[in-house]
Amino acid sequence: MSHRYERLVHVPALARVEGEGAMHVRVRGGAVEDVRLEIYEPPRFFEAFLRGRRHTEPPDITARICGICPVAYQMSACAAVEDACGVTVPPAVTALRRLLYCGEWIESHTLHIYLLHAPDFLGYGSALALAQDRRDLVERGLSLKKAGNDLVEVIGGRAIHPINVRVGGFYHAPAPAAFTPVRERLRHALDQALETVRWVAGFDFPDFHHDHEMLALTDPDQYAIESGTVVTTGGLGFGAGQFEQHVIEEQVPHSTALHARLAGRGRYVTGPAARYTLNHRLLSPLAAQAARDAGLGGECRNPYRSIVVRAVETVYAVEEAIRLIDAYEPPPEPAVAVPPRAGVGRGATEAPRGTLFHRYALDADGLITSARIVPPTAQNQAAIEDDLTRFVTARLDLGDEQLTAACEQAIRNYDPCISCATHFLDLRMDRS
Amino acid sequence: MDTRTPTLAVWKFASCDGCQLTLLDCEDELLTVAGRIRIAHFLEASSDALPGPYDISLVEGSITTAADAARIRRIREQSRVLVCIGACATAGGIQALRDHADVAEFASVVYARPEYIDTLATSTPIAAHVNVDYELHGCPIAKDQLLETIDALLAGRRPDLPGHSVCFECKRRNNVCVVVAYGEPCLGPVTRAGCGAICPAFRRGCFGCFGPAETPNGAAEAALLRAAGTATDDIARMYRTFNVTAFETTAGERS
Repeated sequence: MSHRYERLVHVPALARVEGEGAMHVRVRGGAVEDVRLEIYEPPRFFEAFLRGRRHTEPPDITARICGICPVAYQMSACAAVEDACGVTVPPAVTALRRLLYCGEWIESHTLHIYLLHAPDFLGYGSALALAQDRRDLVERGLSLKKAGNDLVEVIGGRAIHPINVRVGGFYHAPAPAAFTPVRERLRHALDQALETVRWVAGFDFPDFHHDHEMLALTDPDQYAIESGTVVTTGGLGFGAGQFEQHVIEEQVPHSTALHARLAGRGRYVTGPAARYTLNHRLLSPLAAQAARDAGLGGECRNPYRSIVVRAVETVYAVEEAIRLIDAYEPPPEPAVAVPPRAGVGRGATEAPRGTLFHRYALDADGLITSARIVPPTAQNQAAIEDDLTRFVTARLDLGDEQLTAACEQAIRNYDPCISCATHFLDLRMDRS
Repeated sequence: MDTRTPTLAVWKFASCDGCQLTLLDCEDELLTVAGRIRIAHFLEASSDALPGPYDISLVEGSITTAADAARIRRIREQSRVLVCIGACATAGGIQALRDHADVAEFASVVYARPEYIDTLATSTPIAAHVNVDYELHGCPIAKDQLLETIDALLAGRRPDLPGHSVCFECKRRNNVCVVVAYGEPCLGPVTRAGCGAICPAFRRGCFGCFGPAETPNGAAEAALLRAAGTATDDIARMYRTFNVTAFETTAGERS
């Protein structure tokens, strides 16, 4: 092989993702031979040290897997433990959980849109650099994000690692008057969210489409967030109880995150674009209109457009939060009792980044004997690698610096939370 | 911004990203802070990374790999003031629950091929490896303490960080004492203030996420917890969370 065809690109850091990782691309003879998303975030072994803990502890402990989406961990943990104990929470508790979760969707989506992803489309290294030219845009994003955080604080006590969630419900149900300031803020946030959809819809999206199977929770009556059954674009449908029969996790040498695939089918994606594709008919009229005006059709298979879907989901979450606040009556009791029993429980909810599955086995005293957590980024890893292979193949004529930047953006499309998947990306290109 | 503007770097080790997110969660203050300081290295928020040295380094996370033990020493050499942020950096975090376990067994529970996993048997705080100038406690840290610390360091004074217990914050917030009124087990008497006594405000006992206060009375706390009907193994579990190593050497040990 002639030496002049060998190229080695090393980029020490992919920024604006949550967690630490690397990307390795091997090009041989003009063809992409191997693409690996290397996640080297040190493992923290949650599933191991959960053993021997009380069945009441997973909401607080698993929240610490991710500072960006702690509510998602708390909600899936509650769902799984309550399933193990055979307890169903009353509708008023479910409604308050959904309201809390709306706050996290608003906060997490706005963080990704404004601070992590939009700078790529506009040619800036960060939102802080963008703010030097367009302070108004960044201020709008921060204000919208704050509306989400304020909502989480009213219900959860604080924005990161809320303290008010317990198995069976909440420690304390806020008084309706506690929502008055945040409701006012959400009213402004709705305009900001609609402006955000119009803004991101005008970005320049590369022509790129994937053919991955898409997976999301669905609910016949509403856009699924805190509960639902699993459906896929390939026609699969199953409850959280059957999740492990359909989703197989495998370990690969280059990653401390496990790779998931659908049994007998292969890679798939979960997250906003999958939810939109499977559930867009259940969006509110305003969010659905915003999606149409932004040019989203009945499905979203261009991962770059996921930023538009996140903006549409933010509109939905703001509207839904206002609706839930207006209908809010404190539950008579903030929590129902969840007496332990021996058994296994499974739960899945829609984290901002996709379906998050938990399973716990309990002994008769309520001590955890085994735990399993399948975060969205682990599920998406195989699809991200597949996208990158096709993406790099079509752009081998680019210089290393441009190609690297393009790959980083392609990874950010999935809003990977590497802290969740264990857990910054370092791109290494090996061309020969 | 001229070149004499102080520089800030944010570093991550084993953690959940929540404490560095606290900086991005300062929605009303972020652009003002960014106007007074050059954010030279903050990978979660920016791909514009500048080389050191740095005036202030905020360090999140605990040390759990040999590579990270070497990396924190390089960061220390590059940093004029080094501030640890959060329970992982100040106490090893919840991942320090491995310290008394068999980490190889832990890896075998989570991974089918544990031989691919590179990890140390312990999760240690930053101060176990390098000299630390200030520590912000909490899981997660409190936003006002972070802003106070940046403000103080820019003004050249010591940050005002409390060492007293959560009980003082409860009184200040006019919280009803959840131990006295509801018989809830509460770690507030031995836990460092800083959160604003959120849990008691939500009728929940403090669960110690800011770690031990400066002078905790572990024996008195143990009596209080037992009086609330907490079994000995549950008392141990209460201390064995996000600040497990810090409570082991202070309040927990004496209980």
